[in-house]
Amino acid sequence: MDFELNDDQKLLKDSAAQFTKSSPVTRFRKLRSHGGGHGGEVVSHDRCWEPSVWKQMADLGWLGLFYPESVGGLGLSFFDMTLVLEELGKTLVPEPILASVVLAGGAVLKGASVEQQKKILGPMIEGKTSLALAWAEKDGRYDAGHVSTTAKKEGGTWLLSGEKVWALNGHAAETLIVSARTEAGISLFSVPSNAKGVAIESAKTMDGQRAARVRLSNVVLGSEDLLGTEGTGLPAIEHALDLAAAGACAEGHGIASTVLWMTVNYLQVRKQFNVAIGSFQALQHRAVDMFVETELLKSTAMLAGMKADDSDVNERRRAVSIAKAQLAAGGKRVVESAIQLHGGIGITDEHDVGLYFKRMSVLNALFGDEEHHLSRYASLPGFEGA
Amino acid sequence: MDLSFTPEQEAFRREVREFLKTEVPPHIKAKAEVDGHFEMDEVMDWHKVLYRKGWVAPHWPKELGGPGWDAAQRFLFGEELEKSGTPLLSPFGLSMVGPLIIQFGNDAQKQRFLPKILSGEEKWCQGYSEPDAGSDLASLRTTAVDDGNGNFVVNGQKTWTTYAQYADWIFCLVRTDSSAKKQAGISFLLIDMKTPGVRAVPMLTTGHTPAFCDTWFENAVVPKENVVGPVNGGWGMAKALLGHERTMIGAVGQSTRALLRVKRIASHTILNGKPLLEDGSFRTKIARLEIKLEALRVQNYRALAGAQLGHAPGPESSILKIRGSEIQQQCLELAMEVMGQNSLAWFNETDIVPAGEQWVASSFNYLRATTIYGGSNEIQRNVIAKMILGLPG
Ligand SMILES: Cc1cc2nc3c(=O)[nH]c(=O)nc-3n(C[C@H](O)[C@H](O)[C@H](O)COP(=O)(O)OP(=O)(O)OC[C@H]3O[C@@H](n4cnc5c(N)ncnc54)[C@H](O)[C@@H]3O)c2cc1C
Repeated sequence: MDFELNDDQKLLKDSAAQFTKSSPVTRFRKLRSHGGGHGGEVVSHDRCWEPSVWKQMADLGWLGLFYPESVGGLGLSFFDMTLVLEELGKTLVPEPILASVVLAGGAVLKGASVEQQKKILGPMIEGKTSLALAWAEKDGRYDAGHVSTTAKKEGGTWLLSGEKVWALNGHAAETLIVSARTEAGISLFSVPSNAKGVAIESAKTMDGQRAARVRLSNVVLGSEDLLGTEGTGLPAIEHALDLAAAGACAEGHGIASTVLWMTVNYLQVRKQFNVAIGSFQALQHRAVDMFVETELLKSTAMLAGMKADDSDVNERRRAVSIAKAQLAAGGKRVVESAIQLHGGIGITDEHDVGLYFKRMSVLNALFGDEEHHLSRYASLPGFEGA
Repeated sequence: MDLSFTPEQEAFRREVREFLKTEVPPHIKAKAEVDGHFEMDEVMDWHKVLYRKGWVAPHWPKELGGPGWDAAQRFLFGEELEKSGTPLLSPFGLSMVGPLIIQFGNDAQKQRFLPKILSGEEKWCQGYSEPDAGSDLASLRTTAVDDGNGNFVVNGQKTWTTYAQYADWIFCLVRTDSSAKKQAGISFLLIDMKTPGVRAVPMLTTGHTPAFCDTWFENAVVPKENVVGPVNGGWGMAKALLGHERTMIGAVGQSTRALLRVKRIASHTILNGKPLLEDGSFRTKIARLEIKLEALRVQNYRALAGAQLGHAPGPESSILKIRGSEIQQQCLELAMEVMGQNSLAWFNETDIVPAGEQWVASSFNYLRATTIYGGSNEIQRNVIAKMILGLPG
């Protein structure tokens, strides 16, 4: 047993922490998709993140951090990636590492040939492009196997048609990784977002970011755009979703620890009835519960971070579902307590605690919600205890 | 012991339902059907419909414009209204300052203010909380100083003032005697929002609605005749106001409606090829919440039966507030859960979710307030601990 970070990992975590100084929450506020609710000005940044910062992240090596060196990555572990995600979560850094590097890139890594990986991931690793995975469909909920988008082979080309929802970073990505049903089953395709027949509708999300609905009508692709072998897309997407879920747990832990200390600090400075409200035991106990949940989030996020890239599928699923279910229950408890203990100011858009609440809620709704992970966990071999 | 309503009460319920079926203006009905969000002018449209019917102030005495109902009728009416999804009327005039003026105001004040509250011609807001006086309201610092010419000069800041930007009048607790101890030097003052020096600056909530304001007073001159009750006697009256009928604070009707919405969303959300409403585990979740709500409903009926007998609501109403506010939040949490990834949608700019789902995320965020306002749930628990359980503190 060893839960200590080694020196390299400490350096990595420190450099990510250092980075967040240049990207405080005020930066996120400037970039977030805003508006709706008939409140105030409608500022709506169309991208919600900045290519120049993406390039800085590339220079730090983060955009290929856990990719093998053979495709241009740093060759570090996925766990190392989660250290960065945790730190960036603390100030709500909006650049799409989770969506582009972990989720979409993860699908390419698990589903495409090495040549294709180099071609698709290479420019992203350099910070020139970003990716989006378009896997979800209406009525499919969290089932990546629910695919009615079709890819038909016609001579040497593929014709793609269908509709995808909630493609994270789909509004900004140059390349979409799309799942579609072919004769052999579910297959992955690489689709340039500006290809003829691709219609992208950008939608604001609760956390101030954006995602896209992608409509494909007879999009013509070449045979080289089929990733890997026909019919092997599903395991690749499922693995990518597990990587993303583990990433979300790390980010969620970053958020939880941030709002925990923000709240503890507030309990010390806010006075009512002539005393710091932190002297009321009812509030102390609630803060302690936040602390306990945050520690459990840390433990389970570490578990998921270490196992999400495991070659044993059941080990991977088990660890990720434990962590994601803990995030759903514990993460929620932490952010809602944080608002409660802030009182009225916690309901203002001006205060940061609500931004963290929103991001945590979005993380809980992505990559399988509590119900999905509980039922997946319960269907793993060995659950019956025989 | 009797759990049923009388035939007369049931007939009354039918009358209310019939009215709601036929008299809700089409633009309001359309929004109610998709659980839309009502703007202030729509709230006031509905206020006026109820006013014309004579039903806008169920708890006011008949001679002042109330319908002359008993507690059970008032409750039934409130429940049917909440279930209908029609706009919640602004409580500040009808349920707060109105009853206070009725109880403690002089004749001139009654004549000046009550008719316009009733008709909706004047809208009100509540100026109690201040940046440093929230749960500890009695530490408020906004001052009203006698200028010797028949006026008070008001200085200070109120905060979280719901919809002050639309209000014509604000009722405030202000400090009129700074030498007295806390509660003792507070007066209840009515202030015209058009008074020079009064300024309401809207703030956005986490639901991204401009639902509350910072309200500033800079040398605002207010006639002394606008003090309700005795000068320095405001605290007791504000307390007495809390003693008014509190059977609606559990928001049972609203939660009933919110749960219906959860079921509606669940009936068109698909999981493994069938509606989520048919999924065993989601049904259990919905049932668990509904049972919590049904338990609260009975609790509420008990409080109501007490009110029928003329008992003043005691600290037991804190039970309704605690559990009711939690259930309100849980209804929205469940709606979000049912929506799955659709819960990401923030105001649906591209019609990405059905119309009835587009305000869910906003409400989910805003309703974190139910356990904070109206006396936070921690304060409510303190009340029960002290007043009912008799614990020291
Ligand atoms: C959406 C919204 C609308 C509102 N509208 C109005 C309005 O129209 N007019 C108006 O006057 N006010 C309004 N309020 C203000 C509301 O009444 C206050 O927010 C509330 O009284 C709490 O005060 P506070 O925000 O200062 O929090 P604080 O009093 O600072 O409380 C912070 C935390 O400490 C806890 N706490 C405080 N004291 C104790 C204690 N003794 N024991 C245990 N825990 C304690 C609280 O429960 C809370 O969790 C509104 C608030 C909200 C959120």
